Amino acid sequence: MMNSVVVVDALRVVRGGREVLVGLDLEIGPGVTGLLGPSGCGKSTLLRSVVGVQRTAGGSVTVLGVPAGTTPLRDRVGYQTQSSSVYDDLTVAENLRFFARVLGGPPGSVDEAVAAVDLAGHRDQVVGRLSGGQRSRVGLAVALLGRPDLLVLDEPTVGLDPVLRRDLWALFHRIAADGTAVLVSSHVMDEAERCDQLLLMREGRIIAQGTPAAIKAQAGVDDVEGAFLALVDTAGGEAA
Amino acid sequence: MITPRVTLAIAARVLTQLRRDHRTLAMLLVLPCLLQALLWWIFESTPLVFDRIGPALLAIFPFFVMFLVTSITTLRERSSGTLERLFTLPMGRLDFLAGYALAFGAVAAVQAAFAATVAVTLLDLDLNGPAVLLGVVGVADAVLGTALGLFVSAFARTEFQAVQFLPAIVVPQILLCGLLVPLERLPGVLEAVAHVLPLTWAVDAMQELATTSATGQVWRDIGVVAGFAAAALTLGAATLQRRTD
Repeated sequence: MMNSVVVVDALRVVRGGREVLVGLDLEIGPGVTGLLGPSGCGKSTLLRSVVGVQRTAGGSVTVLGVPAGTTPLRDRVGYQTQSSSVYDDLTVAENLRFFARVLGGPPGSVDEAVAAVDLAGHRDQVVGRLSGGQRSRVGLAVALLGRPDLLVLDEPTVGLDPVLRRDLWALFHRIAADGTAVLVSSHVMDEAERCDQLLLMREGRIIAQGTPAAIKAQAGVDDVEGAFLALVDTAGGEAA
Repeated sequence: MITPRVTLAIAARVLTQLRRDHRTLAMLLVLPCLLQALLWWIFESTPLVFDRIGPALLAIFPFFVMFLVTSITTLRERSSGTLERLFTLPMGRLDFLAGYALAFGAVAAVQAAFAATVAVTLLDLDLNGPAVLLGVVGVADAVLGTALGLFVSAFARTEFQAVQFLPAIVVPQILLCGLLVPLERLPGVLEAVAHVLPLTWAVDAMQELATTSATGQVWRDIGVVAGFAAAALTLGAATLQRRTD
């Protein structure tokens, strides 16, 4: 693939004696890439490997041409964990100002990030008093600070109301249009249609990758959930 | 490697969080004074006893409360995902340690000033050494508590477990530090144990400051406490791993 943002080569992760990622090979390009699969299939472990906070047992992860998690990437990759990963006892603006200082970004980046997630009206509210959806957007705003080249988001839309989910996906596409590659995980299959590229994951393996249309065509069905099931069934048949 | 920008950002953020939390702030600054006054009252009829344990308390408070506050706050950093986020940003683990040590060291300086002022002016505690050294001992002591709290937070999964380290790690030191019985009157084995516990040295420093104006032994004690603090910070650094399972 041309201009790959992330290249994963034979990545293995072992946790508690169990192989969580089983020799993964994949490439991620620009645009919005969805990492979809059931809970516990290794999505978060893969994302943690991409941002360089996961202890790995073999293989390599290259991000923007350098090994994942190394110093040159620390101000080029934005990351949001499954929890919002912000300080509940600080206000929205205090949280952003703190992370912006750690990042060494320009002071204006705070206002830009707050506006991007539509929280300007809540700037001076303490995060602990916001709703779950608003808190998750504070976490997203932190990840957006300094306009990273790669944005890694772990299940940012889980549990949100449909309107908010739609707005967030629109935001991801706006960010991608500005040149940031976006990698989003979800266990909700119907979010697949909103992605430019898909990675379908199950039990530590990637079972399909491509555009939603290509994956559906490959499986001969007309929705991604059906394609997922068809691919699992085929793989099961081959194994048997 | 320390980046001053990041270290200062972390220290300022920790202080902002404390400022927001009035109850914890009261525990850090007012409670030591009140407890000291309580002890003074208890020993009203035997002021000589208070003259011996008053200085010891000035050493125990910073250690105790900084250990408590740091073990909980850093556990929160580990479990809420903020530490993981920070490790994806341009932050080294020394920045994290130094930021916390700086913030709580500053609080300890204020705490020492409050507690010492109350002890000397209102409770008639004798102080013969320089007052500034009292602050230095307090800060070294607080950094020690901060470093130990940070270290043990790696071994707790919940705040409930973190609090359990208080009776396990802090209380034995309080019992053996010379507060209840002067060191030389302890059974031999316990005296030997007391000498390898850091709080003993901090208490000795405070008691020296109360009894004599000579500062040689105080500086030696401060050196030992600082050494323990540095060792604890190194242990704490080892528990801060960018890559985890």
